[in-house]
Amino acid sequence: MIIGSIAIIALAALLAPWLHRWLGWRAGYVLALAPAAGFVYYARELMGVAEGRALVSTLEWLPELGVSLGFRVDGLSMLFCLLITGIGTFVLMYATPYMKDYALRGRFFSYLLGFMGSMLGLVVADNVILLFIFWELTSITSYLLIGFDHDRLAARKAALQALLTTGLGGLALLAGLILLATAAGTYEISRMGPISGDHPLYVGALVCILAGCFTKSAQFPFHYWLPNAMEAPSPVSAFLHSSTMVKAGVFLLAKLNPIMGETALWDTLLVGFGGFTMLFAAYLATRKTELKPVLAYSTVSSLGIITMLIGVGGTYGTLAAMGYLFAHALFKAALFLIAGIVVHATHEKNTEKLGGLARAMPFTALAAVVAGLSLAGAPPMLGFVGKELLLKAGLGSANAIPAIAIASVTGVAAALTVMAAFVVVWKPFFGRKPEHAGHAHDDAANNDDASNDHGHHGHGDHAPHEAPFTMWIGPITLGVLTILGALLPVYFVDAVVKSAAHDVLHNAAAIEPVARTVYEGTSLAAFDMLYISTPLLISLGALAVGLVLYVLRKPYRATTELLAPIDRVGPLRMYHWALDGVVALAKRQTRFLQNGSLPIYLRFVVTAMLVLVGVALLRTGGLGTLRNDLDDLGIVEGILVLMMIAAAYATTRQRSRLATIAILGIVGYAVALIFVLFGAPDVSMTQFAVETLTVVLFVLVVYHLPRFALFSNRATRLMDALIASVAGLAVGALVLASSAETSIAPISWYFNEHAYPAEGDPAGRHYAYGRNLVNVILVDFRSMDTLGEITVLGIAAIGVFTLLRLRPDREPFAEPTGAATFGADEPDHKRASQGEGERPHREGSA
Amino acid sequence: MNSVILRTAARVLLPLLVIFSIILLLRGHNVPGGGFVGGLLVASAVVLYAMAEGPRKARAIMRIDLQVLIGIGLLIGLAAGLIGVAAGEPFMAGLWFEFPAPGLGEIKVGTPLLFDIGVYVTVLAVCLHMILSLAEDA
Repeated sequence: MIIGSIAIIALAALLAPWLHRWLGWRAGYVLALAPAAGFVYYARELMGVAEGRALVSTLEWLPELGVSLGFRVDGLSMLFCLLITGIGTFVLMYATPYMKDYALRGRFFSYLLGFMGSMLGLVVADNVILLFIFWELTSITSYLLIGFDHDRLAARKAALQALLTTGLGGLALLAGLILLATAAGTYEISRMGPISGDHPLYVGALVCILAGCFTKSAQFPFHYWLPNAMEAPSPVSAFLHSSTMVKAGVFLLAKLNPIMGETALWDTLLVGFGGFTMLFAAYLATRKTELKPVLAYSTVSSLGIITMLIGVGGTYGTLAAMGYLFAHALFKAALFLIAGIVVHATHEKNTEKLGGLARAMPFTALAAVVAGLSLAGAPPMLGFVGKELLLKAGLGSANAIPAIAIASVTGVAAALTVMAAFVVVWKPFFGRKPEHAGHAHDDAANNDDASNDHGHHGHGDHAPHEAPFTMWIGPITLGVLTILGALLPVYFVDAVVKSAAHDVLHNAAAIEPVARTVYEGTSLAAFDMLYISTPLLISLGALAVGLVLYVLRKPYRATTELLAPIDRVGPLRMYHWALDGVVALAKRQTRFLQNGSLPIYLRFVVTAMLVLVGVALLRTGGLGTLRNDLDDLGIVEGILVLMMIAAAYATTRQRSRLATIAILGIVGYAVALIFVLFGAPDVSMTQFAVETLTVVLFVLVVYHLPRFALFSNRATRLMDALIASVAGLAVGALVLASSAETSIAPISWYFNEHAYPAEGDPAGRHYAYGRNLVNVILVDFRSMDTLGEITVLGIAAIGVFTLLRLRPDREPFAEPTGAATFGADEPDHKRASQGEGERPHREGSA
Repeated sequence: MNSVILRTAARVLLPLLVIFSIILLLRGHNVPGGGFVGGLLVASAVVLYAMAEGPRKARAIMRIDLQVLIGIGLLIGLAAGLIGVAAGEPFMAGLWFEFPAPGLGEIKVGTPLLFDIGVYVTVLAVCLHMILSLAEDA
């Protein structure tokens, strides 16, 4: 059933383009049923999981490598499953009208569902290799989603940046997971016991895994990709940056906490990076004025909080981490969806130019207020509960980093976040709209169909209007959940958050159902936190300071602008520097190795082969081991060999390419005849057919080449002749040596015995039921190889087609270049670099 | 090439070569032949036709976009492998089914044959796609 929940989303992803063709833009509503079904399944299993009965499902995959499709849903995974499928359903409903006017919306839904399925797979995978595969799938699908508006350079750049950053982290993660699995002795997370910090592999595994998690969860110094990823359409931002993509990193940290989290190094790194990210990103958020960037930086800040809390650990820190994670997913998804509605309706991103939208869009405003209060951490919201837990955990921290430092940093970050909440919620909906931005308000009659009209209008010449029901229902529901959850936690928050925290705290292998009492007495209700205590005072102080900062935002921004030069030396600069460096290096080595001259390529390839074969031959005993029982060669073979030698020599003396090709054909057919003589009709038949088609191909290619001209001088030609002869002799020696080589046991007996049942063979054996051994090897014994080979063939054919169609000189605006102009007297550099035989060296020209 | 002899010959040879290639494909499991050489043979037959009538007409008689055909061939090959999985065997396990055919005796059909058909289709589509693309370019 776990696999089923992923499969149904994957299936929806596959069907999305066709559904859009059949059903039109409303297909998104149908597709939303897939995650909804997943949500219902997980919600029904919630209580069982909360009581300690994890859902498990295993499918053998590559048992030899220890890779099995092991899935396991414990409390932590359950929290994520519910968030992914629940928020995913709302996002799909929201995206349906939002993406209505995009021609490629079928593809969009395909990517979005593909991402959703990958993310779900990531959180339920129990095998680390499987987890890594889903991890990479989320990187790839998010690349497609962020760059969905691929006409815009900014979107393409942001997508590439996200892919490179998280992809590089992914590679480190793979290394880290393998080290971890080696240290733990198993690839199944659920079977891993705690690993001591003294283990020789621990530090390596830790550094690699943290590199993966920190890039994915946008921790400093890898935080830069997340705000840029806002180039994605709003539903994507809402999904990727609330409950999924960026949460994958903290998910893995939480998942590995019972295994790796018992060292001071782990605690210090997590608290240090998380705490700094929390503060730094909260500060960056307050400096932005556009809706999505403010939300993006506040997301980075929240991720810092969660990372820090996992590092703080202990019963309280863990509970706080999960509580805050849950609250954040709900209110941040709502806020991103709301930002999308606002931008869609007003075509204005800058909060300073927005104001008073509450009258025009009451439902959206209501959702915004609720979600915004949660972001600000005001009572009685779930965000408040999360922040109280966070402050309590920080104050009670027994970490190497002093509690007072954690608490004060958290307080400052909280105040900055309050200001950000005012900027994204209060200003657009209740703030004053600046006069100069005021357009003539259309009369209400014009607005009736405006909600169906999300086209790309010029610049908001129509009055803002309420979004359709399916767009605001998501934010409202999520917002209401953050209130209900805080008021009445017993109904779902307790089960979700406490069982998740329990699994983060304990080694999963040691779970007993009765052990789920760690958090029995801990209340998650908002009212139980409203008593005079240090956390509450810090909280109230943060609210007050945040409000003041909001009111004074103009002088505040002017002051912080003075710090702007610091941005110029930030990690983003490093990213660009590294990227440019790699590109420059690639260009340099391409110029060196692939300069466009075919003779040079051939010299490289043949010489390299010569060296490798020569070394191998000499190391296995030199030429003394060659077979020399060539006595059974008859007169026919002799004639064929002489024919081939003569033809090979003739090819080098030709001035006409066509003649060269025809003569080369003689060599090919003679080889085919030799196959016949030595009893390999299959190989021979194939050789004949390939030879024929090759000649046709050659003729067609020759048509494009300029007239033959001799550019090389005598010395070069002699050297080429030498290389060619030695290479030919070496290959001959290799063939003789390999047929004499007996140190490796041949396996042809196996093929013989298993190809066809003969008299007296055992009955229980698996047979291929084919008498033609060559064919049986191709389509049965080695069919995986064949499948790979025909796939390569298919890709090659598409490559040839693409290269021919996309040649620069076929562009409509390129200079007209007819084949007739490519005489030898007029060497064209571009053509020469595209694979022509001769380089335009003139020195040896006749 | 505008030659009446070539055009007539190509028109007559094309169906014969296609039939021959199918025979090669089907007998391949027990005697020389198989999907690979069969596919090459069809490709050569169509190339012969293209020489006589031009690459555009050659594409037209294929009725189906060659790029799509490559995909179909690969999917057939993949399907042959997945049948084994569906039957609880490893990927690509060869499975054989026997059923009686009136007048012909027992007919044996196996996933290796299906896989060979996938090879046949892919190879012919790949060769034609490459050669006809080059020929159209000329």
